[in-house]
Amino acid sequence: MPAKDGIDRLLDSGLDAADAQGMYRNMLLARSISEKSWLLTRQGRVLFSMPCDGQEAADVASASALDVVGDFIVPYARSLGAMLVKGMTPLEIMLNMFGKAADPNSGGRQMPMHWGHKKLGIISMGSSIGTTLPRASGVALASKLQGQDTVTMVYFGEGAASQGDFHEALAFAGVHRLPVVFLCNNNGWATSVPVNLQTAEPQISKRAAGYGFPGVTVDGSDPLAVHQAVTKAVERARLGEGPTLVETKTIRMMPHSSSDDHLRYRSQEELDAEKHLDPLPRFRDFLISAGIFDDESDQTLRESVNQEVEDAIASADAARSPDPDTALNGVYAP
Amino acid sequence: MGEIRLIEAVREGLREEMELDSSVFLIGQDIGVNGGVFRVTEGLQAEFGKDRVIDSPLAESGLVGVAIGAALNGMRPVVEIQFADFIFPAFNQLVSEAARMYYRTNGDYSVPMVIRAPYGGGVRGGLYHSQSVEAFFAHVPGLKVVIPSSPHDAKGLLKAAIRDDNPVLFFEHKLSYNTVLGEVPSGDYSVPIGKAVVRLEGTQLSLISYGLSVHHCLEAAEALSAESISCEVVDLRTVKPLDSAKLLESVRKTGRACIVHEDNLTGGIGAEVAAILAKDGFEYLDAPVQRVAAPDVPSFPYSPILEDAVLPGPTDIIKTARDLAAY
Repeated sequence: MPAKDGIDRLLDSGLDAADAQGMYRNMLLARSISEKSWLLTRQGRVLFSMPCDGQEAADVASASALDVVGDFIVPYARSLGAMLVKGMTPLEIMLNMFGKAADPNSGGRQMPMHWGHKKLGIISMGSSIGTTLPRASGVALASKLQGQDTVTMVYFGEGAASQGDFHEALAFAGVHRLPVVFLCNNNGWATSVPVNLQTAEPQISKRAAGYGFPGVTVDGSDPLAVHQAVTKAVERARLGEGPTLVETKTIRMMPHSSSDDHLRYRSQEELDAEKHLDPLPRFRDFLISAGIFDDESDQTLRESVNQEVEDAIASADAARSPDPDTALNGVYAP
Repeated sequence: MGEIRLIEAVREGLREEMELDSSVFLIGQDIGVNGGVFRVTEGLQAEFGKDRVIDSPLAESGLVGVAIGAALNGMRPVVEIQFADFIFPAFNQLVSEAARMYYRTNGDYSVPMVIRAPYGGGVRGGLYHSQSVEAFFAHVPGLKVVIPSSPHDAKGLLKAAIRDDNPVLFFEHKLSYNTVLGEVPSGDYSVPIGKAVVRLEGTQLSLISYGLSVHHCLEAAEALSAESISCEVVDLRTVKPLDSAKLLESVRKTGRACIVHEDNLTGGIGAEVAAILAKDGFEYLDAPVQRVAAPDVPSFPYSPILEDAVLPGPTDIIKTARDLAAY
């Protein structure tokens, strides 16, 4: 954390104690869901998972800068924390993990953690990387054309920034000064390929200059820094001043997915060396130093979060599976 | 009402739908001030403004991706891809995103979007301004593919496509823009997607086609009538979904079928039509199903001598139909 610390720093970032505690709760919830989902894949009860461990601060703090009701999010698979902020419940997430009929994302048609929830303003994503970026520009274009006072935020990793769609989306958004925030979680790894093999300029935010709008890089393990940067970007978008590219430097504590073994390409020493960047203990310590939290409240909160996720797992596991007779339905809208 | 050119019918369809529905907007390369390279959108930016007729960057994937996003947020975009040949950068957006959005969200999100693109050869456009691309997209569940042959259908089907809640690919033969004339109704009308029509009644064989090739079939049928060979010409109008009932009805009557398209042979629409006839029309057939199509070369070469050597036309249809009638 920077020199200024404690409650002063919190207030400077435009948040109050309740906001900060709420963000911490969502970060804990995201971690708990991610960890338990991983275990469910190891138990064979869930077939796939994409852990978000390490980027909870970046996702929760950035999504918290949006108007949760009116604004749009275009997510990618690691955006679990942002989904929670946008209103998706642990039960809805677990219905998705188990591929159940009541999964609001896809009714069991997509793999786990492929988000999309129309009622919550979460635009559907598939598994193709980078296609979401022009889509976000399009959602924002429609907002502008319809005179809506809404902002669209699209999440992606630095791997997606290698796709041509990254360039095409940012160019279009810049030309039309669209109300969109491009949020890149740069964790340094696209599955097994490190960022230095993706690009010779690892700071993704620098590219914004090429599109005529601001780019900023922030510590993705520091929720207050993320929240401040994204709040500024969202305000800029809402005022009609155009897009911003926000890069959060995050860590990936787990493998790419439940089908990946990161020890094939990363050493345990390297992973251990990143542990001090884990945003959860950092933010807890910050809240305690600010005098708005203590170890006892942390323990109580963890137990409550743990129970909520366990309940969601039990309910989702028991929920009805899709009817095989519906597999042919809905190829075309009527 | 007098006859108008097919290009005017497309323009009228766009203009009327933009007047009727403020969520309809156009986006594509050169479609604004320049009115499109074929001038389909001539005058529309002046009439509707730059917010509703948007000149896009030269970036087909981004362009289609933007249109998908706009469609998900309440708009009805009509995209112009300058030439069908240049649609391939957008293939991923169309196949992986637009086509399956409705299915993958279990019916929550739909993509009401039209992709218009001029297709086809015979204009000395060479390998990259002559292609037929419909078969790539007809393969994809979730997409509709429409190819009109007349001004009446171009306008009516375009209006239906814009009103459809699914992504529709709308291919216009560039040679037909100014050479195919016809009457269109004066009031509002639309032509349903997925319905074929019999252009010419006949008894001995069915020529099944779409787009500009329908006119080649009609020309061939006229020549063959002088030889007392009676051809029925079926215009599919939509190649996805195919109107199986209509083409089976025709072949039940004639007992012989030849599918005609400008796209190359292998894996083309003709193969799908032939499969339908083999399965559900087997007992009607008195002869093997034939296809007249471009040979399997990568589109049409530039030299007029080379292009004419591979471009299918009335002469090829006449020859195949004659053999078919004699079988």
